Amino acid sequence: MTILPQRPIEPGLFTWPADQPQLIGSRCAGCAEIVFPARTTCPRCMGMDVEQHLLATRGTLWTWTIQGFRPKPPFGLPEQQHFEPFGVGYIELAGQTRVEARLTESDSARLAIGMPMELTTVPLWRDGDHELITYAFQPIYEGDDSHAAQ
Amino acid sequence: MPRSDGDRVAIIGIGIYPHGRHPGVSAATMGIDAIRKALADAGVTWGEIEFAAGGSMVSGMPDSVVGDLGLTGVPFINVRNACATGASTLLAASTALRAGDAELAVVVGYDKHERGAFSAPPELLGVADWYAAQGLMLTPQFFAMKIQRYMHDYGISASTLAKVAAKAYRNGALNPTAFRRTPMSERHIASSAMITPPLTQYMYCSPDEGAVAAVLATERKAAELGVEPIYLRSVALRTRSYGSLEVFGTSVSLADTPPPTTPAAEAAFAQAGLTPTDVDIAQLSDGEAGAEVMGMAETGLCAHGAQEELIQQGQTELDGSLPVNTDGGLIANGEPVGANGLRQVHETVLQLRGQAGQRQVPNDPQVGFTQVYGAPGVAACTVLAKS
Repeated sequence: MTILPQRPIEPGLFTWPADQPQLIGSRCAGCAEIVFPARTTCPRCMGMDVEQHLLATRGTLWTWTIQGFRPKPPFGLPEQQHFEPFGVGYIELAGQTRVEARLTESDSARLAIGMPMELTTVPLWRDGDHELITYAFQPIYEGDDSHAAQ
Repeated sequence: MPRSDGDRVAIIGIGIYPHGRHPGVSAATMGIDAIRKALADAGVTWGEIEFAAGGSMVSGMPDSVVGDLGLTGVPFINVRNACATGASTLLAASTALRAGDAELAVVVGYDKHERGAFSAPPELLGVADWYAAQGLMLTPQFFAMKIQRYMHDYGISASTLAKVAAKAYRNGALNPTAFRRTPMSERHIASSAMITPPLTQYMYCSPDEGAVAAVLATERKAAELGVEPIYLRSVALRTRSYGSLEVFGTSVSLADTPPPTTPAAEAAFAQAGLTPTDVDIAQLSDGEAGAEVMGMAETGLCAHGAQEELIQQGQTELDGSLPVNTDGGLIANGEPVGANGLRQVHETVLQLRGQAGQRQVPNDPQVGFTQVYGAPGVAACTVLAKS
């Protein structure tokens, strides 16, 4: 199988290309609220003085579930491609915000609220001559430093 | 204008078209049937109705019913306001009655949904295409993640979720207009297909079809007609405030803002001049079992975390201290979105009148409470009372 060049599903969600991508949020100069993805106004205080802010790449799992059935459109997976269940969760980034993201883990037994998580990217599907990717969080299991070695 | 007793609004007639699947029956036909039943219940005719409001999410313009009921020129407001559709029709009608624009009003809500989970074009709900494309725009994910966190924070067990669903099917079995009328064991519910953990297939409601209507009157008119009034003591609707955990949220603030149900309930109790302790029966939004559990505390009917003991002890059953979803709720009735809120009101009126048949709660309930919640972060509550 040919290795296709990767492309984010949407520009501006995370730094790319990058060895360690970071989510691109925004921070309000007025009230310090941080949101993801970046916005031009603050949804908390309606302030207009808002700057791009790179988010922490590590956090903790705040809540989670598993998407076990194939969603209807507008889910973008091409019809002929096999659907694999995926985890979904909110990851709390200390002092910043809680980001909703796909999880690399889809086994309920291996997910728990409070576990440490790290940002990564996952492939979605082929789009023309590219493979689309999106941001996701992967669990950091105790005693497992394989991620750090990547 | 300050509200005096003379401005009170009463529900004097109710009608329901059975919830479920009705191939070949249009949504409007169901709505017309529900209206005719409500008119007959109130003992009034369509020609006497001076104001109407009707709601539907996917089944067109409810004012189309005038073609069958009679072209009387009645002012008719069409509402499309997601789960708060029913409350919106009540707000429109009760406001018209209080303002003196009418003495008799009809509200109706109906829908005829396709099978399967709801889906919608993202741009119509203010959601980005990329978010939906990667498979995050699904309400079951949100409800699962919300209750997952809630269980962690407040010690709610998976067994409690199964108990809530089992109660719904049990009450549904006693309700001739419910969709799901077969009791189901907690074990069967807990071991059914895991849709989005911790919620299984039978802990979720499913979209279906149905209609509900009501006739509203000023207190003066109700007295003139000599019908038993159930007072609509308040209707309150709220959208989300910044920082609450809602559907389709790419990020949520660390602020932990309460969901819109909480301010809607507070406003409903304040307008009614009553408190949660006055409530004898409650109909809560139970799109899935967890929502009912969380709704009990979000509305102030109990403290956060107290649900575990209340439900395990059976206090939310028909003969408990706080019966919840006495008609089987959304889980047993299914979800015709436009009819949801009015179905809760319909059930409350039946219970307060003592006409709920096999599922009638004992001890002559005086005060009923209803709550709906839905995407993209809207909630509505009502307080209904015999006096």
